[in-house]
Amino acid sequence: MTYDVVVGGKKYRLKLQRQAHNSEVRAGDAGNNENQWRCWLDGRELHVDAVLARPNVLSLLIEGKAYEVKRERIGADLHLWVGSHRYSAELRDPRSYRSRREAASLEGGPRKLTAPMPGKVVRVLVGEKESVNLGQGVVVVEAMKMQNEIKSPKKGIVQKLAVSEGSAVNAGDVLAIVE
Amino acid sequence: MFRKILIANRGEIAVRVIRACREMGIASVAVYSDVDRAALHVRKADEAYPIGAPAATESYLNVEKILAVAGQSGADAVHPGYGFLSENAKFARACADAGVKFIGPTPASMEMMGSKTRARQQMEKAGVPFVPGSVRALTSLVEARSVAAGIGYPVMLKAAAGGGGKGMRLVHHAEELKSALEAAQSEAQRSFGDPEVYLEKAILNPRHIEIQVVADEHGNTVYLGERECSIQRRHQKVLEESPSPIVDPEMRQKMGEVAVRVAKAAGYTNAGTVEFLVDQNRNFYFLEMNTRLQVEHPVTELVTGLDLVHLQIKIAAGGQLPFAQQDIQLRGHAIECRIYAEDPDNNYFPSPGKITLLLAPSGPGIRRDSGMYEGWTVPLDYDPLLAKLIAYGEDRPQAISRLVRALSEYFVGGIKTNISLFQRILNDKNFRAGKLDTGYLDRLLESEAARETGGYPNIAALAAGLFAQLDPDSTWDGEELVPLNGASLARESGASGWKRAARGEALR
Repeated sequence: MTYDVVVGGKKYRLKLQRQAHNSEVRAGDAGNNENQWRCWLDGRELHVDAVLARPNVLSLLIEGKAYEVKRERIGADLHLWVGSHRYSAELRDPRSYRSRREAASLEGGPRKLTAPMPGKVVRVLVGEKESVNLGQGVVVVEAMKMQNEIKSPKKGIVQKLAVSEGSAVNAGDVLAIVE
Repeated sequence: MFRKILIANRGEIAVRVIRACREMGIASVAVYSDVDRAALHVRKADEAYPIGAPAATESYLNVEKILAVAGQSGADAVHPGYGFLSENAKFARACADAGVKFIGPTPASMEMMGSKTRARQQMEKAGVPFVPGSVRALTSLVEARSVAAGIGYPVMLKAAAGGGGKGMRLVHHAEELKSALEAAQSEAQRSFGDPEVYLEKAILNPRHIEIQVVADEHGNTVYLGERECSIQRRHQKVLEESPSPIVDPEMRQKMGEVAVRVAKAAGYTNAGTVEFLVDQNRNFYFLEMNTRLQVEHPVTELVTGLDLVHLQIKIAAGGQLPFAQQDIQLRGHAIECRIYAEDPDNNYFPSPGKITLLLAPSGPGIRRDSGMYEGWTVPLDYDPLLAKLIAYGEDRPQAISRLVRALSEYFVGGIKTNISLFQRILNDKNFRAGKLDTGYLDRLLESEAARETGGYPNIAALAAGLFAQLDPDSTWDGEELVPLNGASLARESGASGWKRAARGEALR
């Protein structure tokens, strides 16, 4: 299986292959071949022992070193935590149509603004069809008595406003689309 | 002893009190608002009843509904926790009228301590040290000018009914006094419905140190050491410890004896806290008395070996304090972190939402008082305190190292928390040296965070693929693969090669 992975803004090509059952067991391995993977990260080969400790928690042993990796999704964002380091991550199968389409849309095309937390829309700062700059506030969401300005991810035109003042929103809900 | 106690609160403190009830063989009754049906305190209690809409005024502050539940369930006492109705004398009086024991002080002592000016008049009679200033509310600008000139600038204006920093103004020069007075009065009116303000000498870079007291209903009052609470943000405490790094046995005894005088002058019963400002020369001044159990009570429990909630219940049931002042010995050191649902990357903005993954620390010297669980959705209607993580050690360095270790095991996924802030505080050299004052945290947050070195982007990249293979449920999410909202949330960790990361790890 091959993936395109983007971690912290850097792109990787990752190939994964589960060890065959009859493959040679290396010294020091606990012996459960089920857990053994051959991985190629940008062409560099690594042996990884991977156990899903529980949903969203991976225990990895890589050349004797132990890592615990946690996965979380907040709204549309996928985060992977290695120890106390957090990385935003994206993963796609380079063969799928959607991946190619979305890879292309990273450069241009419409971008969604989503609510980072549940709350209430208290102000809409720009109207539909108006132009916005990168980082310009579009919508203000209030939660727990604090206000948070949701900013445009790019320079462009507000194609659609999905909310109005007073709307209740959940984390990940689309607020507006900027093209 | 009581047979059944109603807990008029929610979150971690409701769970804390329910646990004490269970330990003492007393039945517990929870109350909950419409958004709290799934909250942990409802799951832990023996009985639970709905009390209305999410807004606190409709539910957790609704005296009639809470007392109706007490009556229907046959509760013979009410524990108010902290916040909500805990310092509301009318509620305490309504409990008494309904024949239900309020676990706390009498309405009369609460009322006296509730007004800062009244408390001050009473306490000055008892010889309690105060920051120099006006005892009475200021009636005019002329009076304010003469009081300020008498004590010398800088001075602080404060709301008489105040708290939480509202209605407070620091005034450096006489020319600023007029506008500051007007601003403080109008803010006090807006926040508390009472424009009364008074004026004090401003203590620059003070520490906030408080003394825990307990008093039974037979005239015995004892102090249980101090808590250092100088680490605050927006006038809210963030991290507390006991003992204070600057309080020695002699100073502890002096502060403790003053705290006992304060409690006695107010006719105080049950658990309470006397707050002091401490200046750079270790002079201490009475600030106010909190007539309730404090959020940070666990640090006192750990260094004294006492259970304050058990004590509160026994005192309210008419029991005598089972110890005298000379029996109280402090042993070791305890530090508490308040884990809030807040986003450290977004100015500590509240971050409610669903907890998708929860990994909790344990091990030597670790206590965790929590109101959350995996799968629970943190509502946006209340204070964002999720849990308290408390470490105990034989001394301060060991307590710090245990807390740092436990924080590294603590993971709350799906919402943002301030866990990373505590790693920063606990590793800061000024914190480690005990150099604290109430401005400490703002200065720390203004200073540049240490650059993260190393990091494991390669491990994260590997894990992204392995998660997709081993736990495919939520790695893919249909249309939502594009990162949104502009600013990248990624830590800048440099594109160090996997080998370099591994080598760095080997060198640690």
